[in-house]
Amino acid sequence: MEEKALPMIEMRLIRKNLFYYALFLPVAAYFIIFKYIPMIGVIIAFKDVKPFMSIGEILSAPFAGFKHFVVFFESYFFWDLMENTLMISLYKTLWAFPAPIILALLINEVRNTLFKRVTQTISYLPHFFSMVIVAGLVYVVFGVQGGLVNHVVRLLGGEAENFLGDPRYFRSILVGTTVWQTVGWGSILYLAAMAGLNPETYEAAMIDGASKIQQIRHITLPGISHVIVILLIFRIGDLLDAGFEQILLLYSPAVYQVADIIDTYVYRAGLIDLRYSFAAAVGLFKSILALFLLLGANKLAHRMGHTGIW
Amino acid sequence: MRIKATPMERLFYISNYLFLILVSLLFLVPFLSVLSTSFISTSEWARRGNFVLIPEAPTLDAYRFLFGGSQATVLNAYKITMFRTIVGTLMCLAFTGLGAYVLARRNLPGRTLLTLLVFIPMVFSGGLIPFYLVVDRLRLTRTIWLLIIPFLVNPWWLLIMRNFLMTIPAELEEAALMDGANPLTVLLKIYLPLSMPALTTIGLFYAVWHWNGWFYAAVFNSRRELYPIQVILRAILYLGDASYRGDMGIMFEPEFMPPAQTLKSAMIIVTTVPILVVYPFIQRYFVKGLLIGGVKG
Repeated sequence: MEEKALPMIEMRLIRKNLFYYALFLPVAAYFIIFKYIPMIGVIIAFKDVKPFMSIGEILSAPFAGFKHFVVFFESYFFWDLMENTLMISLYKTLWAFPAPIILALLINEVRNTLFKRVTQTISYLPHFFSMVIVAGLVYVVFGVQGGLVNHVVRLLGGEAENFLGDPRYFRSILVGTTVWQTVGWGSILYLAAMAGLNPETYEAAMIDGASKIQQIRHITLPGISHVIVILLIFRIGDLLDAGFEQILLLYSPAVYQVADIIDTYVYRAGLIDLRYSFAAAVGLFKSILALFLLLGANKLAHRMGHTGIW
Repeated sequence: MRIKATPMERLFYISNYLFLILVSLLFLVPFLSVLSTSFISTSEWARRGNFVLIPEAPTLDAYRFLFGGSQATVLNAYKITMFRTIVGTLMCLAFTGLGAYVLARRNLPGRTLLTLLVFIPMVFSGGLIPFYLVVDRLRLTRTIWLLIIPFLVNPWWLLIMRNFLMTIPAELEEAALMDGANPLTVLLKIYLPLSMPALTTIGLFYAVWHWNGWFYAAVFNSRRELYPIQVILRAILYLGDASYRGDMGIMFEPEFMPPAQTLKSAMIIVTTVPILVVYPFIQRYFVKGLLIGGVKG
């Protein structure tokens, strides 16, 4: 029916390209089944879906309106979850965002190529570790008995503590772990930008008697500022991702008050307590908020004269 | 014409080197500490459990326990991980490559629409629960395909691949078509060989993702035989933890067990070593891939 409405030329073009549409078919099927059906699936947030309902039962279940959203917004933990998510994310930005810039500045000043390569190789390594391995290292290093950190604490005359189970330290451990895992890898883009700076500028500055620090402040940093700005804008786009896997692996009920974020809450409510509809509502709330943040970040990037995310 | 370093500069360089050595140690020490802990014997642990830098009588007990007789769990998990990494990566490459190839065709009618189909999931998702329901109702949760089928395409990597393919000049294809080649031959004989570097890079992205993946394997599936090594590592990390919620279903026989800390350490090593072995070879592909993606972004 619709095909007739198309001009002849278009029809011929489409027929000519049938081969390519056929190639795309499996890919399209994958996206529809595993990306778009779950998007439509958010309707369960507006229903009362029980754990063992079939697809048909889910579809025919009556709508429950915004009930689950209201329950969530009015719950005592709503603001805790929001605060934890945003605070952990902001702390991480505060530390893990500048760290790679500083590391890149320092590595960039290394003259010895071998030393440079070894340092870079070592610092990239944690990027290739799974979050489970990183969590494992944290568990062993911070362990009460036999852990390296508590050993140092004892040597300094302190008392061994269960750092991971202590709300006072938990967020710091998260932030520190993130810096540890991302600092090396994060420095690559900055180092690439620094490699593109004109060496003559530095020579001229040296002849004028500029110190190393002055060169870094007035040549290197301005030279990579566009990379810094665009990465910072991107960071806004995923502000609500406070580190789901990391927190899920490291937290325990003892630290929920400072560690429980939207994602971990959705996981527990949905997949442990099997409150599918309620968890889906919380998840949808986060997805929509994240979408707006991303749109805002993209707009900001365009306004500042960058290509943006799209 | 190097200008001679002033004393201030020399101070800068020396402290820079020292600082970077310190930073490198921060990456290495946790790992070395775990390595040495994995060799501690039960009796030594009981005697000097506080902290052991170098074990007096190093033993392979923890490793023997992990791989030994009744605990075939770890060996089996290795097989699962190998399978998902090899088969999963190949399937991911096939889907991603085909999708990218089609989207790279400049004059394909409807190309914008198809690109949008790939792009939208990058900015909006239905969330964990609807995704779980789809995977579960397709009955994937109790098969090994759970680890592969729901994750065939990473949209971001597909778009990177597409951008790469668009740099291949169209004249090559036109010439081949002129000589009477059909579209399939063009794909296999021209585009496939030329995109090998990009396919290698993206393939390594997928391979590391598969090797490291644990969340869906741990949470969506409840059959022990299907646990990859990362999930076993996670289970072992929670040994002796009273607050552990116990949604894993793995039990080890406590009588013969080496100290929990030793066992955790050994399992970390067992999981990490394969990465360490291939790391020097794959690192540069990753850097290249990051820079391609970064230029775009």
